[in-house]
Amino acid sequence: MIRLEFKIFRFDPHVDREPHYKKYTVRAEPWERLLDCLNRIRWEQDGTLSYRMSCAHGVCGSDGMKINGRCALACQKLVKDYQDAEVLLEPLPTFKVLKDLVVDLEPFFERVELVRPYLIATGSPEKERLQSPEERKKVDEVIRCILCACCTGACPVSNENPEFLGPATLVQAFRRIFDSRDEEQAERLKQLDYPDGVWGCVNHFECTRVCPKSIPVTKSINLMKREIEKG
Amino acid sequence: MIFKHDVVIVGSGLAGLRAALEVADGLDVALITKVYPTRSHSGAAQGGIGAALGNEEPDSWEWHMYDTVKGGDYLTDQDAAEVLATDAVRAIYELEHMGVPFNRTAEGRIAQRAFGGHTRNFGEAAVKRACYAADRTGRVILDTLHAEAGKRGIKAYSEFQLVDIIMNDEGVAGVAVYEIATGRLHVFHARAVLLATGGFGKVYKVTSNCFANTGDGVYLAYRCGIPLEDMEFVQFHPTGIYGLGVLITEAARGEGGVLRNRDGVRFMEQYAPTIKDLAPRDLVCRAMMKEIREGRGIDGRDFVHLDLTRLGKEKLADKLSDISSFAKIYLGLDVVTDPIPVSPTCHYMMGGIPTDIDGRVLNEKSEPVQGLYAAGESACISVHGANRLGCNSLVDLVVFGRRTGVKIRQELEQMNWKALPSDPEARVAQIIGRLKGKGKGETAARLRAEMQQIMTDRCSVFRNEKDLEAAMSEVKALKERYGEVTVDNHGDSFNSDLLEAMELESLLGIAETILLSASARHESRGAHFREDYPERDDENWLKHTLIRQTDRGPVISHKPVTITRFEPKARTY
Repeated sequence: MIRLEFKIFRFDPHVDREPHYKKYTVRAEPWERLLDCLNRIRWEQDGTLSYRMSCAHGVCGSDGMKINGRCALACQKLVKDYQDAEVLLEPLPTFKVLKDLVVDLEPFFERVELVRPYLIATGSPEKERLQSPEERKKVDEVIRCILCACCTGACPVSNENPEFLGPATLVQAFRRIFDSRDEEQAERLKQLDYPDGVWGCVNHFECTRVCPKSIPVTKSINLMKREIEKG
Repeated sequence: MIFKHDVVIVGSGLAGLRAALEVADGLDVALITKVYPTRSHSGAAQGGIGAALGNEEPDSWEWHMYDTVKGGDYLTDQDAAEVLATDAVRAIYELEHMGVPFNRTAEGRIAQRAFGGHTRNFGEAAVKRACYAADRTGRVILDTLHAEAGKRGIKAYSEFQLVDIIMNDEGVAGVAVYEIATGRLHVFHARAVLLATGGFGKVYKVTSNCFANTGDGVYLAYRCGIPLEDMEFVQFHPTGIYGLGVLITEAARGEGGVLRNRDGVRFMEQYAPTIKDLAPRDLVCRAMMKEIREGRGIDGRDFVHLDLTRLGKEKLADKLSDISSFAKIYLGLDVVTDPIPVSPTCHYMMGGIPTDIDGRVLNEKSEPVQGLYAAGESACISVHGANRLGCNSLVDLVVFGRRTGVKIRQELEQMNWKALPSDPEARVAQIIGRLKGKGKGETAARLRAEMQQIMTDRCSVFRNEKDLEAAMSEVKALKERYGEVTVDNHGDSFNSDLLEAMELESLLGIAETILLSASARHESRGAHFREDYPERDDENWLKHTLIRQTDRGPVISHKPVTITRFEPKARTY
C-alpha cells in the first residue's frame, strides 16, 4: 500500500463565496486508479465530495479533470505514478464549475451539435454503402473520441476565447468530413472556415498532448485547414 | 415539478435511443438518463454486433438463430431468437446508413469476425458473424444514434435519475425522477413508459459494468409487483483483466488469441474440441475455474493468461487497439509480446423484466401491463436464454429497441393519460428524508461492499445450496441494516452520496431475487451451474423462472419456454 496525499478543489456555488482546497490522505495499492482513491475519499472520509464517473476504464468520458495541472481521466491514471508528490485535483478549465470537480458540459455538447455530427448522404441502398478499407482508415483515429472534453479544457485558445469552436468539436467535424460516405464535405469545410472555426487553432498542441485516447487532434485540425486552402 | 410527455424513455443506451428514434416522429418523447447519453454503458461494448450478412463467408439467419438457442442452453424463447436473427441483417444496414464506421473488407463491405458460439451449418465450425468497428463497436453505435437523436430534436433530460415508477390499477401513469444537479424531485406524467435502464453488474464485486449499472428500473418494476424473469442467469465474461474486471473483448479470441494455463497449455482444446477458445462464455468460464481450482492457474494463482502474441502488431493495432491500450495503462503490458492475466468478470444479466417480442412488459399472468415497456439488458424477452452469446447484445438492443418503439407508436392512440396520485413523489421524498436524517448510521458504501463480496463469493460461476442459503441470510441481514443507512452529504447538488444510498436499495433487492431464483433452480443450465445438481434437467426445468414480490414476500413461479424450430439436444462444442 502507498500513502497518497490529495489536494482537491472544493466549491459549491450555492453555499461558498470562494473555492477552496481540501487535503485528504489515502492508502492505495500501486496498481489502483486515482478514481479508486477519489471513491475511497468519498466513501470513507467525506461524502460531500462531488465528481462524475461511470465506466472507470476510459470509455465513457465522465471523469475528465485537471490532475497536477494537466487535463486527464482519473480512471486512466495509476497510483504508482503519483507516489512522490501531492496529487492536485481541479475541475476542467474553461467550463463553469457546478460543484467541486463537476463542470457544466451542456455548452460543450451543444457546440458539437453545431457541426451536424451525423452522416449526410442521399439514397437508400439495399445493403451497406461501400467504403474501401483505405477510405475507412481516414477516420480510424477520430472515432476514438469519447467527448470527455479534456482537449477543450486544455486548449489555451478555448480558455481565452469562448467563441472558438474548440478541438473536440473540430474532431467531430473531421469525423464526418473525412467519411467517404458523407456528401457535404464542401459545405462542412465552409462552415469551419472562419476565425473562430478551424483558424482559431494556432497549434499549441495541448489537445494532442492530453487526449486520453491518443487522437492526433492538432494534426486533424491542420488537415482540415489544408483541405480548405485547397479550395 | 410535473413534466408531461406522451412517451418517457428511461435510459439512453442503444435500446432507449433506438426506441426514441422510432417514436420521435410526431410524438412527444422524453429521454431520461442518469448520466449524459454518450456516457451510457452500451458504449463499453467492444467486439462486435452479430448478423448473418455473409460478407466474409457463407452464413444464414437460421444458423444464427440455432446458435442463439443452443448458446442459451435451450431456455431461449425461439420466437424471439427468430426475430433477432432475421431482423439483425436489416438492423446492421440501417446502422451503416446512419453512419456507423464499421471496419471494411477489401471489397468495401462491412467486415466480420468470429465470436464465441457463432458457427456455420449448425455447429460445424466457427463463423465470421460479428460486424465491428475495431474494438469500440458499442461506442461508435452509441455516438451515431445519439447524433441521430440530436438531429431529430429528441429532448434528453441528462443527469435525471429514475427513483420511482408511478402505477395505478389501470397501468402506468409515469415516473418520479431525481434531478442530480439540483436535488429536486420531478414527476414525469406519461401515456407510455419504456424502461431501458440496462444491467446491474454492480451487484458483484468484480464486474465489467460501469458504476451506473445498478438496475434501478428493474428493481422499481419489481417493487411495483411486476415479476422478474430468469434472474439466476448471470453471465460472467471469461476475460476480465485480473483484479480490475475491465473487459478484454471476446474478439481477441475471435481474431486468434488463446487462453493458456500455467503450463502454457491451450486448455480449451480439451473442453470444446470443435471451437476451442470460441466456446460460449459460460463454458469457457467453467473451464478456466476448473483449471484454477486444480492448481493450473498462473503460478498456481486465481487467473490464467490470454495470449494475443500470435496476432502480430498490425492486427492488434487495427482491430484491437482499445484493449491493447487497457493492458498498457492498467497492467503496463505490451500485448504484442506479453500475455494478459485474466479471470471471469460479471458482465451481463440474461434475466430482467419479462416482455413479449414487442417490448410489452408482462405481469405474472403473462398479460401486458398497460403503458409499460422494457427493452435492452433490463428486459428479459427471453432471447438469450440461460447464456447470451457474444455480439448478440448490441443486436438485441437495436432490433428490440426498434420493435418496442414501433409497438409504442401503434398502441399509444388507444392509451389514455392515467391519473397521478395526489403526492406521486411522497415515497421517495420520505426515503430521502430518512437517508439525510440525523445520527451516524450505517454507510451505504460499507453495506454495498459487503453485498458485492457475498455475491461474488457465493453466487458466481459455481453455485451450491449451502452457499446460496448462507448468502440469502447474509443479504437479508444487509437489507435490515439498510434501514439504518444515513448519508454524510445533506446537499442538493451532485450528491452522489445520497444517490448511491438510494441505488443500494435496488442492488440489495436485486441480489435477493438472484439468490432466490438460483436457489430454486435444481439443475445446471447455461450460466447457472449448480455443483449439487450438475446436469441439465429438461424434464423438470425446461422453464423460465418468475419471481414476484407479494404480501407474503417473494414468490417463485414458472412459465414455459417457446420452442419452435430446435428441440433441446445435448450442448457440446
